[in-house]
Amino acid sequence: MSALLEVEDVVRTFGAVRAVDGATFAVEEHSITGLIGPNGAGKSTLFATIAGSLKPTSGRIVFAGTRIDGRPAHRVARAGVVRTYQAARVLTRMSVLENLLLATRAHPGEQLTGVLFRPRAARAHEQRGLERAQELLALVGLESYIHEYAGTLSGGQRKLLDLARVLMVEPTLVLLDEPMAGVAPTLRVQLLEHILAVRRDRGLTFLIVEHDLDFVMQAADRVVVMNQGRVLTAGTPDEVRANDQVVDAYLGTTR
Amino acid sequence: MSAPLLEVASLEAGYDDALIVRGVDLVASADQIVAIVGPNGAGKSTLLKAVYGMLRPRGGSVRFEGEDVTGERSDKLTRRGMNFVPQVENVFPTLTIAENLHVGALVLPRGERQREIDRVLDVFPLLVDRRRQRAGSLSGGERKLVALARALVTRPRLLLLDEPSAGLSPIAIDLVFDKLVEIRSLGIAIVMVEQNARRALALADTGYVLDTGKNAYTGPGRQLLDDPRVVELYLGGSGTIASSSNSTSTPSGMNPAT
Repeated sequence: MSALLEVEDVVRTFGAVRAVDGATFAVEEHSITGLIGPNGAGKSTLFATIAGSLKPTSGRIVFAGTRIDGRPAHRVARAGVVRTYQAARVLTRMSVLENLLLATRAHPGEQLTGVLFRPRAARAHEQRGLERAQELLALVGLESYIHEYAGTLSGGQRKLLDLARVLMVEPTLVLLDEPMAGVAPTLRVQLLEHILAVRRDRGLTFLIVEHDLDFVMQAADRVVVMNQGRVLTAGTPDEVRANDQVVDAYLGTTR
Repeated sequence: MSAPLLEVASLEAGYDDALIVRGVDLVASADQIVAIVGPNGAGKSTLLKAVYGMLRPRGGSVRFEGEDVTGERSDKLTRRGMNFVPQVENVFPTLTIAENLHVGALVLPRGERQREIDRVLDVFPLLVDRRRQRAGSLSGGERKLVALARALVTRPRLLLLDEPSAGLSPIAIDLVFDKLVEIRSLGIAIVMVEQNARRALALADTGYVLDTGKNAYTGPGRQLLDDPRVVELYLGGSGTIASSSNSTSTPSGMNPAT
């Protein structure tokens, strides 16, 4: 295994607040890496910095050997790093299928010239997108909802749709922001199974920010613990759970 | 054992279609510090809001000094002797300390206001010299003291505190927590929600550990402090991700080989 993503001494400040204060860690290829830490540890800021929606104040972020820090989000996504959001962002007035088709990239039909002069390529691309969408919906168990409005889905189902939509762009690294938040208990097990299946079948790598530590400890191979903007420790779930500093970070210290 | 000052039974509360507090029981006696702790999303702050009438309970009851006050408005509860200090935005930054306390005293009859303010300032010598200073110019710990003082001006018998240590430096936390002990010694009960579980439990006469909107563990604060089950609740490892449901089926491939 080698590092797919390397975060090196990343700092992100907001005025006088150092939300991320020199974070360093690596995400191994094909791993499921959990990023945890108490409230205000800097997880979400770091996540946004990796995904390109925030520029780091300093430091380096290297993805598959190329620096991606400071690149805008769409270029980070094109490089193969995509993220989900805590509240799944689905387009409620579009069908489940349409939600996925919107996520296909480099569609020749996006430009008028593509439609006019390369109609066959545009149609072929559309067909491929359709097939891929159907395949992904089957993967996350939403195939029977394909023509429903996305707005009719439950919170947990929207998370599944979000996962499928992210996979439409054929990413290498998927950043999941609190995938379990607001998901009904029965769907949680499913969601975990789907994540594990996607990793197994497609060789994807996941970096997951999650407050439900039962989930993280079961899903992740490796857990990175942040506290006060820095990486406190990293290791296997068992190592992290047994680490007194981690326990202190979550439960506080008496003095 | 004194009669319960606050008695919360099977309380349910939430937002829109999300039920956050799902049947919580809690009892606080006079002269007690009660700490409510638990991992993120346990429902701690929501519980406090439902008790203090900022959120209408969906079920269960709240009794204060024996009377049913379920769903009663916050201002009425304040007049009854219960007050609340929010986690943030708990002082008026453009007003001076003295003015902040005066705002708190507005629920009292006009003739009693200044006397109450003076009485409370006796408990906060740190604020006396700075009473003409704007609250916005104070440090985090000092602001929290002003918020506590403002709540005390209403002569409460019960103070509800949402995360008194939030955003404070360790020294400021000492300042605030020492003050909480002093407030208890005045015969005022405190029910506080705290993220710093250990600090809160070390101080508390009774601790309530919540998990996913329900009571998980209850006991003397010191005892919960050493309870390994509490650590497990925070850091996971109970062996199921569907802990809040009846379904505890374990998905296949749970332990990825590395």
